[in-house]
Amino acid sequence: MAKILDKKKLSPVVYELEIDAPLIARKCKPGQFVIVLSDPESERVPFTIADFDREKGTIIMVIQVVGNTSRHLCEDFEVGDEWDNIVGPLGQPSEMKNFGTVVCIGGGVGVAPVYPITRAYKEQGNKVISIIGGRNKDLVMWEDRMRAASDELIVCTDDGSYGKKGFVTDPLKEMLERGEKIDYVIAIGPVVMMKNVARTTEPYHVRTVVSLNTIMVDGTGMCGGCRVLVGGENKFACVDGPEFDAHKVNFDNLLERQIMYKDQESVEWSCGGACKCLK
Amino acid sequence: MLKVNRHAMPEQPAEVRRHNFEEVALGYDEATAIEEAKRCLNCPKPRCVEGCPVNIYIPKFIHAVSEGDFASAIKIIKEKSSLPAVCGRVCPQEKQCESRCVLGIKGEPVAIGRLERFVADYAREHGLDKIDADAKIEKNGKKVAIVGSGPSGLACAGVLAQKGYDVTIFEILHAAGGVLMYGIPQFRLPKEIVQHEIEGLKQMGVHVMTNAVIGRTFTIDELMKEEGFDAVYIGTGAGLPHFMHIEGEELNGVYAANEFLTRVNLMKAYTFPKAATPVYIGKKVAVVGGGNVAMDAARTAMRLGAEHVYIVYRRGEDELPARKEEVGHAKEEGIEFYLLNNPIRVVGNDKGWVTGLECVKMELGEPDASGRRSPVAVKDSNHILEVDEVVMAIGQGPNPLIHQTTPDLEVNKRGNIVADENGATSMPGVYAGGDIVTGAATVISAMGAGKKAAAAIDEYLMK
Repeated sequence: MAKILDKKKLSPVVYELEIDAPLIARKCKPGQFVIVLSDPESERVPFTIADFDREKGTIIMVIQVVGNTSRHLCEDFEVGDEWDNIVGPLGQPSEMKNFGTVVCIGGGVGVAPVYPITRAYKEQGNKVISIIGGRNKDLVMWEDRMRAASDELIVCTDDGSYGKKGFVTDPLKEMLERGEKIDYVIAIGPVVMMKNVARTTEPYHVRTVVSLNTIMVDGTGMCGGCRVLVGGENKFACVDGPEFDAHKVNFDNLLERQIMYKDQESVEWSCGGACKCLK
Repeated sequence: MLKVNRHAMPEQPAEVRRHNFEEVALGYDEATAIEEAKRCLNCPKPRCVEGCPVNIYIPKFIHAVSEGDFASAIKIIKEKSSLPAVCGRVCPQEKQCESRCVLGIKGEPVAIGRLERFVADYAREHGLDKIDADAKIEKNGKKVAIVGSGPSGLACAGVLAQKGYDVTIFEILHAAGGVLMYGIPQFRLPKEIVQHEIEGLKQMGVHVMTNAVIGRTFTIDELMKEEGFDAVYIGTGAGLPHFMHIEGEELNGVYAANEFLTRVNLMKAYTFPKAATPVYIGKKVAVVGGGNVAMDAARTAMRLGAEHVYIVYRRGEDELPARKEEVGHAKEEGIEFYLLNNPIRVVGNDKGWVTGLECVKMELGEPDASGRRSPVAVKDSNHILEVDEVVMAIGQGPNPLIHQTTPDLEVNKRGNIVADENGATSMPGVYAGGDIVTGAATVISAMGAGKKAAAAIDEYLMK
């Protein structure tokens, strides 16, 4: 059981949820994820852990409503309600060390999973420059947390309604062109954004890592549904990842695999009262 | 004495069942069971018992059935097996107990598996397998952790609970049962039956903790040092799917059998959109492999609505590792056997979807180490089998999570845990058995390993 202790609406389609999950909060590390199943006939869906409080025994998840299941999780459950199942921490934690200067990039809801990694890199003694972005002002999230976790924070919006106008790759490119010393880049966000970050850093040979949120079923290495081509080899995002060398990921294949169930996703689904939600 | 032939198993007609997920075999009725039981010669030295990995006293339970005493029959079976409704359905009896039956020398052996299934089903339907509340087991104060709730873990738990141990089963998925839930299809093993058998263990006092990732939520060391367990049994199975490492396996429409079956069985995708998990339904489906998992995947694809389902296998019919009965069922349901063909590439279109499977024709050469004639490629025989879905059912390996997080646990180069014949590993108090030790095998051999380890754990803790 996973009880919802707090729920905030960050934008019309993005929710921040605080979940009672002491066994996960006790052990999870930056970069790991959980799988949620709100009722036995619902879907198992992975979410990267956005924050955790070991004392309180809670984790924070930030979920964007993109389909039936994410809508169900965010909109049909209120504070005090419970999801039937939560399992984690899953996946390999982020590599933690003092690289020197690290650039942490979050796009859209990708800011949430990049936050605990950013904070941990700061704690490791890295100089942390963060770049966060969204399509517009309303979709820029967790600015305060990211500012507190970074030495320098750059905010951009696609439409220029807040911060710098442009994509998260623009300030990154400027830094690289200026010859600024960057030792490590981590980027989490839409696949296209991650692909562009990889392209931007590749000519400069800066080590770059992306965290992939692929389609998964069990999330434990059992099904192979989350496989991604990394350096021409099939890797499982759930147990080999979710973080991979951005310069080796085949993003085009990833984009194709993300839409495998496009037709089925357009079918309307309701839990039919199988779970403990409002309906 | 009048010779009575082995009684056939009533089944759903192939034409009907290939379109539904209801159980294929319908089971004996009481009269048929009694008649079949009467065929047993009740041999003084029953060889069938030796053929059973858990040594059920077969002639004794069959004798009880022949007298209509089903309550005694279930008691006799349960002395040795905690999962009779499962084993009666999925054990390869033709290679085990029934292969030793004296009647089988000249005619057909007693239908031991069908009788076991009948007894288990009758007991469940008539409440004969409920635990007697008065017969409460005295606890001995020792705690044992079992990792994985598949057949091996369940069998181990059953024996230890009976002996008074405080047993907790840790399961990584949201439902207990392991391969019985995610792997074996509903039409061969209804999930309600699996859950009933697990309920029986819970009534005996076994705790089941789902959503527990051993290696992350707790490590093996933490279970023993911090959580107070005196011993651990690892029965995590063969859960990591193999791929062929050929071009095109990343295409949409290519599944590992594990994923295809998990979506349909555990997540109930065959009821989509009632259940929220979707599964891709191809019109022409190639299932690569010749084992039981391949048959399950092929028959599942047929039930989901495929027009053509091919079993693509590089050897011939005699070499198929699947049970004869499963091959027979698959054929009756219209599965096409594309034998002596080896896939070398999955062909896709520019949108990233499967359009075909390139195969090479094979012929059988000399027998290899396994005694099977090894296939040799026929020159210039490349051709493309037109399909829009490919399911890889070529085997599974061990999940590395536990050995990655348990440095003292010895594993072999394939990643299987090294254990002796009683399940003892390189760590004192830590035992392992089933597919995680042997590589992918059968439900009953995993149960046998679980039971053996339970006896060894008992001996270790009572020293």
